[in-house]
Amino acid sequence: MLDLSWLLIAVPLASAFVLLLAGKRANSWGHWMGVAASASAFLVGLIAFLQMIGRPADDRAINVHLFEWIPGGEMHLDAGLLVDPLSLTFVLLITFVGTLIHIYSVAYMEDDANRRIFFAYLNLFVAAMLLLVLADSFLLLFVGWEGVGLASYLLIGFWNFKPEYATAAKKAFVVNRIGDIGLIIAMGLMFAAFGNLDFDTVFGGVSGASEATLTGIGLMLLLAACGKSAQFPLQSWLGDAMAGPTPVSALIHAATMVTAGVYLIVRSAAIFNGAPDARVVVACVGAFTLILGAVIGMAKDDIKKALAASTMSQIGYMMLAAGLGPIGYAFAIFHLVTHGFFKAGMFLGAGSVMHGMNDRVNMRRFGALRAAMVVTWVTFGFGWLAILGIPPFSGYFSKDKIIEAAFVGEGWQPWVFGFSALIGAGLTAFYMSRLFFMTFHGKARWEDDQHPHESKLMMTVPMIILAVGSAFLGVILASGDRFVDWLEPVTGHAEHGEPVLPVTGLIGSTLFLVAIGVFVAWRKYGAADVPIEPPPASLITIAARNDMFQDSVNRAVFQRPGQHLTRTLVYADAAVVDGAANGTAAGIAKTGEVTRKMQTGQVRGYAATMLVGLVILVIIVVQGGL
Amino acid sequence: MDPINFVYLAAILFAIGSAAVLTRRNAIVAFMGVELMLNAANLALVSFSRIHGEVDGQVMAFFVMVVAAAEVVVGLAIIIAVFRTRQSISLDEPAELRG
Repeated sequence: MLDLSWLLIAVPLASAFVLLLAGKRANSWGHWMGVAASASAFLVGLIAFLQMIGRPADDRAINVHLFEWIPGGEMHLDAGLLVDPLSLTFVLLITFVGTLIHIYSVAYMEDDANRRIFFAYLNLFVAAMLLLVLADSFLLLFVGWEGVGLASYLLIGFWNFKPEYATAAKKAFVVNRIGDIGLIIAMGLMFAAFGNLDFDTVFGGVSGASEATLTGIGLMLLLAACGKSAQFPLQSWLGDAMAGPTPVSALIHAATMVTAGVYLIVRSAAIFNGAPDARVVVACVGAFTLILGAVIGMAKDDIKKALAASTMSQIGYMMLAAGLGPIGYAFAIFHLVTHGFFKAGMFLGAGSVMHGMNDRVNMRRFGALRAAMVVTWVTFGFGWLAILGIPPFSGYFSKDKIIEAAFVGEGWQPWVFGFSALIGAGLTAFYMSRLFFMTFHGKARWEDDQHPHESKLMMTVPMIILAVGSAFLGVILASGDRFVDWLEPVTGHAEHGEPVLPVTGLIGSTLFLVAIGVFVAWRKYGAADVPIEPPPASLITIAARNDMFQDSVNRAVFQRPGQHLTRTLVYADAAVVDGAANGTAAGIAKTGEVTRKMQTGQVRGYAATMLVGLVILVIIVVQGGL
Repeated sequence: MDPINFVYLAAILFAIGSAAVLTRRNAIVAFMGVELMLNAANLALVSFSRIHGEVDGQVMAFFVMVVAAAEVVVGLAIIIAVFRTRQSISLDEPAELRG
C-alpha cells in the first residue's frame, strides 16, 4: 500500500477536475463525490499508517519514485514521495479533519448554487496540501505550496460577488507571494550550495556547508514559512481571509494550510540544526507573533476574526517550538495536530453559530446561546478547554510541553521565550474565554430577526468528532511519549533538557495564569452585561481592534514607497528611455524635412548635380595623383 | 598628329554633350547629349590606349558601346512611355519626385 501513496494525491485531484469539468449536471452528486475523494484519501493514509507502524522504527522512511521529472545532466531531479512518520502525521491530520469538514460543508453550503465548485476547490486544496507534505524534494514541495496558495485564494474569494471578499482573496495571494519569494531564494541557495533540491542531497550535504550558507537558507525558509503561516511580519492576510466560507476557515486557515510553514521548518530540521542563529530568529518570530495574535484576539468582536487571531497566536507557539531546535520539533508538530482538531472544531462551531444567527459574526450581538444550541455549546466548550490547556484536554499536553521546552537553554533565551509562552497562555485563556462567554453565556443581545437554532446533524456530527479529538487526542498521544517516539526518526533524538525553572512550578504558574484569564473574562463578559456598542477603550485596545494597524503600517512602509518607486520608474522610462528613442527618431525626421528640399524633381537639376559631383571627383583624382 | 589632340576633341565633345543635357528641354535632344558624352568618353579611352600603347582602353570602349546600346533601348522606351501618358516629352514637366 505504501507504493500506492500517490493515490493520496491523485484521487482528490481527479475528483476536483471532474467536478470542475462536469458542470451543472454534477450538482446532484458532486458534493458526495468530493466527500468520497477525501474519505478515500484518508483510508489510503490510514492503511499506510498501519503498515508503517508494523515496520521497525529505523525503517520508517519510504521513498516512492513517481517519474523522472527534470533529467538535466548534472541536475537530475525525480518526482517522488517521501512517506515517513512526519508526512504520515500530516496526511492523517489533513485527510481526517478534511473529510469531516467536507461532510460539514455538505450541509453548510446546501443553499449555495455553486456547491460543487466549492467541493472541487476543497478537493484541490486537499490534493495540493498532500503533495506539499509528501514531496521528497523542495521543488515538488513548492508545487504543492503554490497549489495550496491557489486553493486558498479561490476559497477565500469563493463569494467574490462581494468586492471586499475578492479583495481579501487578492490580499492573501499577494502576501503569500512574498513568502514564496523566500522559498524560491532558499531553493536557489540550496541549488548553489548542494547542486540539487531533493531532501536526500540537501540534508546529506548540510555537514559540508558553511554556517553562513545554512543561516541564509534558514532565514529564507523562515520568510516562506511566515507567509504561509501568517507569522509576523506577513500576518496581515489571515484576518481578512475569514471572508471565505467558514468551513474554509476551519480547514485552511486553522487546521492545515497555515501549518505548512511549521512543516517546512521541521522538515528542514537538518538545515536549522546547522544554523543556530536562524533558529533563534524563528523562535523570536514565533514568540512575538504568539503575543501579537493574543493581544489582537483580546479586542476583536468578530467571532471569526478573534479565532483567526488565535490561530496566528497558536502557530506562533509552534514556530517558537520549532525554533527551539531538536527539543522542540516534535512538540511543534504535536501542538499542530491537537490544534488542528480543537481549532477546526471551534471554527465549525463558529460556523454553526453563524448559521443560527443569520450569518452575523458580531459577538456583541450574541450571548446566551448555550440553551439554543446545546451541541454547539458543548463541542465548542471542549475546544475552549483544549486551547486553554486544562488537563486532561489535548492542549494541556502539547502547549505545556512547549512552555517547558521554551524555558530550556542558556543566556537570555529561556527567559524571553519562556515568559512569552507563559504570558501567552494567560492571554489565550482571557481571549478564548471572552469569546466563549460572549457567545454562549450572559444575556441574549440578539437582533430582532435572529432566531438561534441548533444546526443539522450533518454539521453537528463532525463537530462532535472533533470535540472528542480535542478532549482525548492529547492524552492518547502523550502517554508514554508515544508521539515523540513516533516522530523521532525524522526530528532526531533530543536529550531532555532541564528548564531554568522547576517543571512543577511552570505547570502551576501556567494553570494559575490560565485561571486568572478565565476569571477576568468571566467577570467582564460572563457575569456582567456586555455593551452592544464597543465601549471607548485604551490605546492598545483600539490598536488591537485595528489589527495593530498592520494595514496602515504596510501601506506606509511598503505600498506608498512602492508606488512612488514605480511612478518614478514609469516617468524615467517615458523621459529617458523612450526619450532617447523618440528623440533619435524626431532628429532624423527633422533632418529629412530639411534635406527633402534638395529633391526638386527636376531631371536637369539632378543631371547638373551629377556633373558637378563628377567634376569634383575628377579634380580629387587628378590632384591626389591617384 | 599628336594623339593628345584626340583627347582635347573628346573633352570638347563631352562639354557639348553635357551642355545639351543641362540646357535642352526636349528629352530626345538631351538624350542625344548623353550619347555624345558617351562617345566622347569612348574617344578619350581609345586615345589614351594609343598614347600608352596598351589595349586596355580599347577593350573598355567596347564595353561602353554595349552598355550604351542597352541604355538607348531603355532610355527610348522610357521616353515613349512618358510621351504616351503625358502627350509631351518635355523634361521639365514630370516633377512628381519633388520632395
